[in-house]
Amino acid sequence: MNFIALKMLIGDRAKYLGIVMGLTFASLLITQQSAIFLGLMTRTFGFLTDTTLPDIWVMDPKVQYIDDLKPLKETEVLRVRGVEGVAWAVPMYKGLLKARLPNGTFQTCNVVGLDDETLIGGPPQMLQGKLSDLRRSDAIIVDSFSVRDKLARVMPDGRREPLKIGDTMELNDHRAVVVGICKVTRTFQSQPVIYTTYSRATVFAPRERKLMTFVLVNAKPGQDSHVLCQRIQQGTGLAAYTRDEFKKLTVRYFMKYTGIPINFGVTVVLGFIVGIAIAGQTFHNFTLDNLRYFGTLKAMGATDWTLLRMILLQAAMVGSIGYGIGVGAASVFGTLSGNTELSFRFPWQLLAVSATAVTLICAASAALSMWKVIRLEPAIVFKS
Amino acid sequence: MNNIAVRCKGVVKTYGSGDTQVRALRGIDLEVKTGELMMLVGPSGSGKTTLISIIAGVLERDEGECLVFGHDFKNMNHREQALFRGQNIGFVFQMFNLIPTLSAAENIAAPLLINGLKRRDALERAREVLSRVGMGDRTRSLPSELSGGQQQRVAIARAIVHNPKFIVCDEPTSALDHETGHKVMELLHDVVVGVDRALVVVTHDSRIFEFAHRIARMDDGHIISISDSQNFRLNENFN
Repeated sequence: MNFIALKMLIGDRAKYLGIVMGLTFASLLITQQSAIFLGLMTRTFGFLTDTTLPDIWVMDPKVQYIDDLKPLKETEVLRVRGVEGVAWAVPMYKGLLKARLPNGTFQTCNVVGLDDETLIGGPPQMLQGKLSDLRRSDAIIVDSFSVRDKLARVMPDGRREPLKIGDTMELNDHRAVVVGICKVTRTFQSQPVIYTTYSRATVFAPRERKLMTFVLVNAKPGQDSHVLCQRIQQGTGLAAYTRDEFKKLTVRYFMKYTGIPINFGVTVVLGFIVGIAIAGQTFHNFTLDNLRYFGTLKAMGATDWTLLRMILLQAAMVGSIGYGIGVGAASVFGTLSGNTELSFRFPWQLLAVSATAVTLICAASAALSMWKVIRLEPAIVFKS
Repeated sequence: MNNIAVRCKGVVKTYGSGDTQVRALRGIDLEVKTGELMMLVGPSGSGKTTLISIIAGVLERDEGECLVFGHDFKNMNHREQALFRGQNIGFVFQMFNLIPTLSAAENIAAPLLINGLKRRDALERAREVLSRVGMGDRTRSLPSELSGGQQQRVAIARAIVHNPKFIVCDEPTSALDHETGHKVMELLHDVVVGVDRALVVVTHDSRIFEFAHRIARMDDGHIISISDSQNFRLNENFN
């Protein structure tokens, strides 16, 4: 009976395509919007993803996420170093500074100041130059996206020329020389990321009493990081998180205090509802149109279970095709947007979420049709 | 007893309730023998279709007894009823009820697939039966590509493909012109009626009465008379 079910479905081209398109649209919308949302959330802790060496991040207790900058006194590094179980602790500056571009416009940049001696906390991958080049006078390392885009030189003919090693720029009225280009994970605010040494960053930054943003800590071998975090908190009164805890804190902030989850959630729910409305309604109409034939099969001896299996098979068929095209299109979209500002993250779990949503839509559509067919009196076949 | 295909006694069927209640059958007694082509005739609303629906087990009666080859649908659950219909009853409908997206052979194969035959075997058997009804060259044609007469031939082939013992036909010629209707009845008479098979035809079409062995005339939920076709036509002044 399977082939009868499939031929009944495919034979009605208009409805078949309508159902598949409805499910494709739902699948695409749910997958693509969720992937963008995941991409955005991943970007919120992009800087943490790149900075892998330290086990623990120490900061002001009021800090709520990675870009919530609340400076500490530089002496806090010494206090943290004094806590039992700490292998090393180094300062890090992180702040937003204005860069003046050659054409006179300003661009806010994310400036990261690394410990002068160890350069711990540097970029994950150098594309040009070396990290140790930061020790040269006025040296900065710029991320590869920005050199082509936000920090690129705009020529008189409108052409954008990428920033190169050896070029200079002004950071908060201080001369800075590009000595390297690095690759970083894009951040939530998509601002240029500039690495320099801690001492130079504090020179670039406006004068304040406190300038240090984080203390980066590594635990001694065998030392449990969570226990060490508690010990640092108790010993210094500062907040201390492992990298994963800090990522969670950051994501939690964006989930709780921004409209991002609601905005994307509404779109995803809308995709689900539209899927149910279009696919469900069309599938139901398809069943209604074929009720006479289902009745004929019922009269000829098909059991309710056989008819239910036929409907489930039809639903599974359109569901699989719609889902496949939808996630395929989302995946193509993600691939094409790979080198743009658009954030897109497509883990396998998202495939499962999308499959579950499409399955629910198909199940709801099939349930309506199955109800109709189960209640169908086979005597309908004698009604002209 | 052995040559009785259908035995109905005191069959009552009522639709609706209260003021809208309609008594479609008011105590029907009827016997159809094996090898017999019985026609049910009568005006619209007389209960003909309700009666064949009950006999074929697609509608439940309210009262009375109705046995098909000794089996009572009332003693079976839904699944058993479906299986019994699938193995023992063939249907021919007024509007053919061929599934429009299936070819002629695939439509004919449907009862065999319902009975669990493999697709390839079912299609092979369907092609044989299609040849038997003179349409061996149209196995791949869709119903929309066939004339009314051809569609009814396919429907007849579908009704007999699984060798049912009992066949019900609802107005099999009403959608056909006289000549085609005549040919369809000839076909029904030739390929369907046999010593171990019975056929009940509901019809308004007086031109096909000659094919009946017996004709039961119904009115207002009763069977008024049962006579052989010759006497029936004499009584009705058809000749």
